[in-house]
Amino acid sequence: MADLLRIENLAKRFGGIVATDDLVLNIADGELHAVIGPNGAGKTTLIAQLSGQLTPDSGSIYFAGKDITAMPMYGRSALGLARSFQVTSLFLNLSVLDNVALAVQAHAGHSFHFWRNARREPELRDPARAALSRVGLSARADLPASALSHGEHRQLELAMALASKPRMLLLDEPMAGLGPEESARMVAMLRELKKELTILLVEHDMEAVFALADRITVLVYGRVIASGKPGDIRNNAQVRDAYLGEQEAAHG
Amino acid sequence: MIRAVNLRTVVGIALLVALILLPVYVEATGSRFLLTLFTRIVILAIAAVSLNFILGYGGMMSFGHAAYLGIGGYAVGILAFEGVSSGFVQWPVALLFSAFFALVTGALSLRTRGVYFIMITLAFAQMTYYIVAGLARYGGDDGLTIQKRSQFIAPINLSNKVQFYYICLALLCASIYLIWRIVNSRFGLALQGARSNDTRMRAIGFPTYRYKLTGFVIAGTLCGLAGALIANHTDFVSPAMMYWTRSGDLIIMVVLGGMGSTFGPLFGAVALLVLEEALSGITEYWQIILGPLLLLVVLFARGGIDGLLGKVRHG
Amino acid sequence: MTLFIEQCLNGLQFGLLLFLLAAGLTLVFGIMDLVNLAHGSLYMIGAYFAATFAAWTGSFVLGAILALAATLLVGMAVEVIAMRRLYGRDHLDHVLATFGLILFFDELVRLIWGAGGMSLPLPSWLNTSVRILPGFDYSAYKLSIIVVSLAVAAFLYFLVMRTRLGMLIRAGASNREMIGALGVNIKLLFTLVFGLGAALAGLAGLMQAPILTVQIGMGENILILAFVITVIGGIGSIRGAFLAAILVGLIDTLGRAYFTDLLRLLFSKETAATAAPALSSMLIYLLMAFVLVLRPEGLFPASNK
Repeated sequence: MADLLRIENLAKRFGGIVATDDLVLNIADGELHAVIGPNGAGKTTLIAQLSGQLTPDSGSIYFAGKDITAMPMYGRSALGLARSFQVTSLFLNLSVLDNVALAVQAHAGHSFHFWRNARREPELRDPARAALSRVGLSARADLPASALSHGEHRQLELAMALASKPRMLLLDEPMAGLGPEESARMVAMLRELKKELTILLVEHDMEAVFALADRITVLVYGRVIASGKPGDIRNNAQVRDAYLGEQEAAHG
Repeated sequence: MIRAVNLRTVVGIALLVALILLPVYVEATGSRFLLTLFTRIVILAIAAVSLNFILGYGGMMSFGHAAYLGIGGYAVGILAFEGVSSGFVQWPVALLFSAFFALVTGALSLRTRGVYFIMITLAFAQMTYYIVAGLARYGGDDGLTIQKRSQFIAPINLSNKVQFYYICLALLCASIYLIWRIVNSRFGLALQGARSNDTRMRAIGFPTYRYKLTGFVIAGTLCGLAGALIANHTDFVSPAMMYWTRSGDLIIMVVLGGMGSTFGPLFGAVALLVLEEALSGITEYWQIILGPLLLLVVLFARGGIDGLLGKVRHG
Repeated sequence: MTLFIEQCLNGLQFGLLLFLLAAGLTLVFGIMDLVNLAHGSLYMIGAYFAATFAAWTGSFVLGAILALAATLLVGMAVEVIAMRRLYGRDHLDHVLATFGLILFFDELVRLIWGAGGMSLPLPSWLNTSVRILPGFDYSAYKLSIIVVSLAVAAFLYFLVMRTRLGMLIRAGASNREMIGALGVNIKLLFTLVFGLGAALAGLAGLMQAPILTVQIGMGENILILAFVITVIGGIGSIRGAFLAAILVGLIDTLGRAYFTDLLRLLFSKETAATAAPALSSMLIYLLMAFVLVLRPEGLFPASNK
């Protein structure tokens, strides 16, 4: 299968800190690829560079064959690369439906329309409602986004990412702060989504990672120390020392 | 959001009706002064509507909005001075120059964020103040008297105070309606999204810069219209119209009335100017009261008048 | 040639005065993330206090010292009463609230001192000239402004770079949460920093009083320039404020002095005479626009927030 995302020798420093260190990673079309690693490993920095929020110091990123290394954020979304945020980043003062509808609007041509009431446009509202029902938030559609619980915020995040009909999703810790029930629901949803999209999943929740991932890459200090099938990673001694061992100890 | 008839809309419409009936009241009581005051209120309400658009809905805190009052006003004043008194020339020139100034300064200012944006808009407006104050031919610091108001075709006669008032009021109603439509359009939602979370907007695929710049130009142009109107109202223009503290007055109006609401700018303009009149009747030093009042509004009544009316509905 | 040197010195003096004002502004913004439009009011109060105290005591220097102390106290009082409630809030709130303070102070000053403004005459020992170069005398007072300002700049440098308080200031400028975690009394730190800013503004105000003005609204006029300098230099950066202030002072002074001549080379006398004052006022803003196009965070931004 062809690689949808190719990352070649990516590097990024912040002053004296090396956040991304000569990183090489390929994501195949259609797979769910998890990236794990201890805190400070540079996972969020990696996502930021993939989505265009940060510019790498050196190296290249290819998406669907195109070099997107220097492309601005809004351009990547148009190519089909969507991202969810680790820290909730929504339009809190707008309604839940408005939030998703904006994601739809972003891909429905330009927005230099000044007269028609956008909240009454079926081309915008219908796909938005569809995305909301996929993640199970239909009942909350008309509430202000600020009124939702944390778990529902994560669901809304996902709905917005879906609304832009992406080819690939960059998910930055979608399970963060979710209870066991909500986590299980999120895992089920991601398992469904897996069938239609390519997903890069950054996560700490090892259960979810091993349940969903086709392949796993382990990041430590901005560098890839192992990459392969979940079984191989689990048995990899280096990985165990660096990371999984901590995790097991922590989770008892 | 549920579209029910709520208190804010009722009060807003009631206020507009009261404004429509004002000249009748003035005829009956003979208080011509009220007509002058409310003409000024209506014109500044248009300016407040334009500022509310970019500030309340777009999140762009422009501290240089008074510049457009000056640009619009001086377009009328300078042309009148040079013998061109046709409104058909003056007003389009006022709008064009305002739009151009907004385009150029907006393009530069919108490259910055937060407090840098505030300061750079402030500085650009102050720049126009100095330019105009330096134009000796047009009165410099002392300002420029306008001998003849903008001429249109009969029966339109701006020197007729009642007629002028109704023209201004009509333009105000048109402005409120126009902005209301724009705010709820795709463009308006894009602007509101950018205000709420600009990074997220760009992440989902909006090139926010161009939308904000367009909004900025729309607001500047509308305020330029207000400038042309105020020049006609006072038959006089001076650099003081653009001094940066006047931009502060506009912001006060918008915040006092309630940012990001349809009738907020109207509430704010009425409230501030009526308050000014009332307070200056009590004491010469009324700003001593207004100053701390502003501080209190910021601390405790952030949603302004519109916010308070909204709270009443929800109990 | 001596005229040119004189203009350069004037530019330097003006720039240093602006630096005192901008330093306070940028400090308060960098540490407390507070946009204080009423900074110009403290500048005005410094001037008024100096004029009053000098008249009462009969001594210029004593009046100046008392004015400085009084402005410091007023600054700290304002911080405790009003500013404290604004920390952590939206910048728009700061702008509105401090704008309200401007209105308040302008009226308060008018109430106490009247609308007419005041004057602060120079004592005879300062009202002379000093021979800088053969054939070139320069105002002793302006020279002393330069000296005092440079001394204050050196003091600020020492304070920020070499003392514990300065370390807190620098740390605070780049990471506010961290200094809280260090167990520092944040409230006291903020009051002191604000007071320092107020004292600097007051010093600028009282120093310019004999040569420029003591009147209501003087703060608003110069605040704009202080803002422009803060923006050009980079918010939170004293070094940036210093360099930007000198630059602005020189450009403004030299611009006004020579712009007319420059224009006369290109255009007719009348055009030059009409356009020059307007255009030379624009120079500072053009500089700011130019800087912001190249570096939207200013020349020496204090941090990567």
